[in-house]
Amino acid sequence: MAAPPDVKAMKVVVVGAGPAGVRAAQALVEAGLRPVVIDEGRKDGGQIYRRQPDGFSRSYETLYGTEAARAAALHRDFQAMRASIDYRPDTLVWNIGPKAVHVVSGTRYEEIAFDALIVCGGATDRLMPVPGWHFAGTFSLGGAQVALKSQGCAIGARTVMMGTGPLLYLVAAQYVKAGATVSAVLDTSTFAQCLRALPQLLAIPSTLRKGMALMRVLKKAGVPVHRGVTPVEIDGSPEHGVSGVRVKLADARTLEVPCDAVALGYHLRSETQLADLAGCDFDFDDATQTWLPRIDEDGRSSIAGVYLAGDGVRVRGADAAERAGRLAALAALSDAGIQREGAARLRAELGRFTRFAAGLRRAFPWPARFAAALPDETIVCRCEAITAGELRRVVREMGATEANRAKAFSRVGMGRCQGRFCAQAGAEVIAAEAHVPLEAVGRLRGQAPVKPLPMAIAPACHAERTVEHAGQCTQEFSE
Amino acid sequence: MSSRFVRVAETGRKTFDLIVDGVPTQAAEGDTLMVALLTTHDTLRDSEFGDGRRAGFCLMGACQDCWVWTAEGERLRACTTPAVPGMSIVTRAALVGEGVWPRPRM
Repeated sequence: MAAPPDVKAMKVVVVGAGPAGVRAAQALVEAGLRPVVIDEGRKDGGQIYRRQPDGFSRSYETLYGTEAARAAALHRDFQAMRASIDYRPDTLVWNIGPKAVHVVSGTRYEEIAFDALIVCGGATDRLMPVPGWHFAGTFSLGGAQVALKSQGCAIGARTVMMGTGPLLYLVAAQYVKAGATVSAVLDTSTFAQCLRALPQLLAIPSTLRKGMALMRVLKKAGVPVHRGVTPVEIDGSPEHGVSGVRVKLADARTLEVPCDAVALGYHLRSETQLADLAGCDFDFDDATQTWLPRIDEDGRSSIAGVYLAGDGVRVRGADAAERAGRLAALAALSDAGIQREGAARLRAELGRFTRFAAGLRRAFPWPARFAAALPDETIVCRCEAITAGELRRVVREMGATEANRAKAFSRVGMGRCQGRFCAQAGAEVIAAEAHVPLEAVGRLRGQAPVKPLPMAIAPACHAERTVEHAGQCTQEFSE
Repeated sequence: MSSRFVRVAETGRKTFDLIVDGVPTQAAEGDTLMVALLTTHDTLRDSEFGDGRRAGFCLMGACQDCWVWTAEGERLRACTTPAVPGMSIVTRAALVGEGVWPRPRM
């Protein structure tokens, strides 16, 4: 028998303070550890349970609706363990080395060593370009929600919600309840697809009921909801941005909706760059048509000591993320020789969320076919205004049928968003042009820093050392 | 000048002034810089690639499409930067002086 592990000496870093990160940290604290919790946000809660600024007065019910109790519980539990963790708000993990994360907060750089790392990086909107989506006034659906939740603003006086996924209806209903004008909800999925997904969606009947309640909110408010649409164009001008949306309806008629803002999104995609930088193996996931880090049932990655949880590794929603975060922490503890109760129940519960998530993907499928049909002049890369035609050209003329090669030639994916909002649609454009399966296009390699840093980096950044800098400070480090 | 964002809640907050392209503009306590800009203007920056004005996109620090400049030449990500009294923001590339970019943040 090995000696009892020195629990308190185990250094665990949790990245993210959303549902997964908070529950992971909580499990560690309960075991007697003092984890470092690194949060890009100013306050805990992540995106879904994002807190409003000091001095704002809306109630939990107003902010989080049916999820008010969950949000309040997460915030309360975080507050209760605040003194038992090393919390680093407003801090970005920009790189991961062997057994250490590199962080920056403001202009202060630091390296934090770990024995175990639990990455709960969350998700961002999955985007499919549409002609005109670069015009000012097009925002991601998640962004439209942030504007309301965190700042009490609608993104426009007349907003169109377009795309597909649960967020489409959630954000539209939240806007209606807040008194904002939603001019139309334009869903690329069909009602028949929703019906076919019902058996899986029944894995969590309460969530299914909440979804149906959102539809009723929209109906009662008289918001036009169209299903099975094909986006044609976001109309607007380079100087003043969005002025309307055009789609082809299911019956082939064209619908034009005047508006001054568009919220666009096709469900969510996992933020996997940190797992990539940690060296984790990825596999192509047929169900989502994306590359995802390989994990076992408890969230162990292919790298010893690196655990992945929440929407940042599998998009299953906030309730699942709370469980996955805790489960990953229990796995980290178990691997260190500290056995805690509860993993079996968490695994069983996660199984239901996995089925439900599969149902959502079936009900609101990623419209891969739109990529091949994008007109050549459509901007694919918003960062650098690179068109579908240019991406197709490098595939055709330069034989760049692999994602990183096509990126090198076309610069699609090389801009300051690091491919977050163009890589998946870009891969579809490449696959269609090259007549190869999406899997064969591969995936863009993660690059440090995962976001542009405010200054040039010194050759070595040591713990607790603030790097003084002079001269060139706002240099970008996109590849 | 028309606005993009519309305030639908928390409208009783105290207001203060900041300067946008040389013109005093009202913001509310707790506003991000992005909200302060887009509740008073319909765009907040020029695309560097010639396709026109931009107003940000993701609002969660992921897309980097809401970068603006201070009059002193500091670059700010508007969606994650709180608006504070006295800020002077430049949203038009043509107004950014030669040699202003990049400069150290003080």
